[in-house]
Amino acid sequence: MPTDVNSGLATLSDQLILATVLLYVFAMIAYALDLGFGRARKVTAAGEPVAVGAATAAVTAKAGAVQTLDRPGGAPGTGEDAGSERAGDGTLPGEGARDAGPAAAAPPAWAARAGTVAVALSWLGWAANLGAIITRGAAVGRWPWGNMYEFVVAICFAAMTAFLVMQARQPVRFLGAFVSVAAALGLGFAVRYLHVQAGPVVPALNSYWIAIHVTAAICASGLFIVAGVSGVLFLSRGDGPSRLPGRAELEQVAHRAIVIAFPIWTFAVIAGALWADKAWGRYWGWDPKEVWSFIAWIAYAAYLHARATAGWRGRAAMIVQLVAFGCLLFNLVGVNIFLSGLHSYAQVP
Amino acid sequence: MTTTEEIQTDLGRPAGLGPLGWLRWAWRLLTSMRTALILLFLFALASVPGSIYPQRSISPDRVAKYFKDSPGLAAWLDRLWLFDVFTSPWFAATYLLLFISLAGCVIPRAAAHLRELRRKPPAAPRNLSRLPQHASFASSEATVESLAALLRKKRFRTVTGPGWVAAEKGYLRETGNLLFHVALLALLLAVGAGGLYGYRGNVLLVEGNGFANTVAAYDRYIPGQRVSSDSLEPFSFTLSDFQATYVASGDRRGQPLDFSARLRVTDRPGARERPYDLRVNEPLEVNGTQTYLLGHGYAPTFKILDGKGQVAFEGPVPCLTADQTTYMSECVIKVPDAQPDQLGFLVRFLPTTVPAQDGSYVSIFPGAANPTAQVFAFSGDLGMNSGEPQSVYQLDTKKLKPLVMGFKTKPLAVGETLPLPGGAGSIQLTGVREWISLQIAYDPGRVPALVAAALAVLGLVLSLTVRRRRVWVRVTDGDGEARTVDVGGLTRTEGGAGFAEEFSQIVTALQGPEAGRPASPQGVKDAH
Ligand code: HEM
Repeated sequence: MPTDVNSGLATLSDQLILATVLLYVFAMIAYALDLGFGRARKVTAAGEPVAVGAATAAVTAKAGAVQTLDRPGGAPGTGEDAGSERAGDGTLPGEGARDAGPAAAAPPAWAARAGTVAVALSWLGWAANLGAIITRGAAVGRWPWGNMYEFVVAICFAAMTAFLVMQARQPVRFLGAFVSVAAALGLGFAVRYLHVQAGPVVPALNSYWIAIHVTAAICASGLFIVAGVSGVLFLSRGDGPSRLPGRAELEQVAHRAIVIAFPIWTFAVIAGALWADKAWGRYWGWDPKEVWSFIAWIAYAAYLHARATAGWRGRAAMIVQLVAFGCLLFNLVGVNIFLSGLHSYAQVP
Repeated sequence: MTTTEEIQTDLGRPAGLGPLGWLRWAWRLLTSMRTALILLFLFALASVPGSIYPQRSISPDRVAKYFKDSPGLAAWLDRLWLFDVFTSPWFAATYLLLFISLAGCVIPRAAAHLRELRRKPPAAPRNLSRLPQHASFASSEATVESLAALLRKKRFRTVTGPGWVAAEKGYLRETGNLLFHVALLALLLAVGAGGLYGYRGNVLLVEGNGFANTVAAYDRYIPGQRVSSDSLEPFSFTLSDFQATYVASGDRRGQPLDFSARLRVTDRPGARERPYDLRVNEPLEVNGTQTYLLGHGYAPTFKILDGKGQVAFEGPVPCLTADQTTYMSECVIKVPDAQPDQLGFLVRFLPTTVPAQDGSYVSIFPGAANPTAQVFAFSGDLGMNSGEPQSVYQLDTKKLKPLVMGFKTKPLAVGETLPLPGGAGSIQLTGVREWISLQIAYDPGRVPALVAAALAVLGLVLSLTVRRRRVWVRVTDGDGEARTVDVGGLTRTEGGAGFAEEFSQIVTALQGPEAGRPASPQGVKDAH
């Protein structure tokens, strides 16, 4: 077990984190400009996005298939992001109709570019974040999630990754401003309150399970954060026209993220149980961390159930989702600070 | 229990029914999905106090402290089982109700699903253009058979009738959903069985000593209700050596890096001895019984002569670690056989001793770099014959006369002897050994629980990702060669967004080589 810490790399990692925070903040500003001054989203009175699919698909069945295919999962008609690049090329008759509304006055030229700049900035920030994680890991010669600081940094990275992957495949750029804020705040909190010098871990954490259990927890948490952000937007946005996308769309983003995250979370809990079986001599012992991961699990299961049950769709399901998100955050942060348990990484400086 | 295809049970109250009617109504209420959901929530809610109040099964010392700090409140909390949440009657009640509700919900549904699996997809509705997904194209050669074959190639289950094909796919969704819930039931059962038929216990073992797996050898033994003491796996082992490594310098100085206990294990009486390196995260397993390394500490060895010059005590004394960062430890030695007076000692063991500025001595590192022992000696009556149980870690000094006291006397190094005043004898620090604490556990439910959990995840993934969908095709003869093919599609599941794409792919495939002709998947409306 290596005990030497490469302090050059460790310092580099700390600096990269600062760069990441800055880049996320700049990205957030650019996203906000795009959202505020860029091409407005057209929303019908009912809050449903206008369907473009009907008209565009009329080209041919084949073209229709291709056209919908390159936005997998994106319901036809939810496309707005794609529209800003394609508008005006005349091949998509549906787009013309969308510009008719009063909000569609041509945006200033700089604003049209804000969105692209924002995406570029957040990819840069993402790369810096990744660099910080890799250099930290290389500095100490182990998986770089051995304490709260490293864990929170990794979760912010996962949230940003989830968002960037999603926005590359679906028109969800509007989320950018909010996910960047969340990631920047998370990193800022980690740097300010949780930072510890790079170093070796205690024997309990020196196991390959860290790669399985904690990585899964991190991935799931990143996705849950994207869902949580959509949930907050859903509730803060009224039913009327808004620069934000329609409620149906927000709900869909949240649902999609949770459907992916939930099995990963289940896996993380089970892997935790397997590790506990190796490390603590029992696979489940109602340790506070176990209790709260179980509670968060149930709450997300309840969200999935609620959505499937008539009468609970929309607002009520979204509230259940946010309750679940609250449990998740409490488990990730609160349990370590307020309740003592066996999770030995949990010491907060 | 859920899905959109949920058959909502009617929970209307029975009007003027006999006891049987009420019973049936109660059963339906209990096994409805809404109740299961509420119970699931209650179950989660019920576990919250278990994470807030200290639990007897996990940290009995913190419960004791709670009782000391606020006895009035603690007594009330205790009356509500708040220190034993996970074994409390009300927790068991939610757990049992949830179990019954799940079972009552899953079993009839599994039966219904089995019937469903054998049923054919329903015939095509008359007007396909009313369906959420619809397209039509002209074709000269499409027949009901060829279209059905194409759909079967896409793994649809099909039925054909005069001029129509009905196809359905995605039965795995419900299968997955049922698998998930059945696996949850199995998981609950496995956990319960593990508790009944398993046992766990703790032992403290000093280097050089051995352990044989019998009830008498445990310091603490907690059997399940159905375990008999002679069913313990008959293995034994000896601890030959324990090694701990710590960070030696820098700001993490003293942080443990690695623990390793060298054991010589005999799997069953008469078997060949084998070496085993016991570590954190690497328990020893003998036929399903696991031995875990939990903790460690120091056991300095002493030789004590009494007033008559006879050896009254010789051997290791396991000490309690008083400070986790320096491993300063506290030990008690009772020598009831000493003559003429009984002797008692309180010892502070310092693994890496340095003199402090105020003239006392402290330990600065957990490793045994410069081990010494500070001795406080007493003589008189140890009070061991009074019949009251005594802790081996406490010395009752009421009837004892202090012989040697003081933090500032130079502690004993290994090999040094301290003569006791008044010819009461002497004490020698002869060496330093270490002890380890072990947990030994047998839980027959752990592998079934793992299998159940894995199946639950599999079922979950299936039920979340597979979509149940139906496609109908109608072929209408038009004038001359050309026929019109109408295709309609329906997904019965939430989140049908992706179905639009799949539908257009299906339409393209049905068109076959003729694709490219004008066709209109009209109203590719999103189903939701
Ligand atoms: C799902 C919520 C959970 C999260 C976010 C979580 C997170 C973590 C993290 C970050 C670590 C430390 C790894 C490190 O610092 O490098 C860890 C370790 C561990 N977790 Fe979890 N965990 C969760 C649930 C569980 C559950 C439910 C169990 C057991 C049933 C469990 C068992 C363990 C074990 C045995 C370790 C290693 C030993 C130790 O930290 O002392 N975890 N977990």
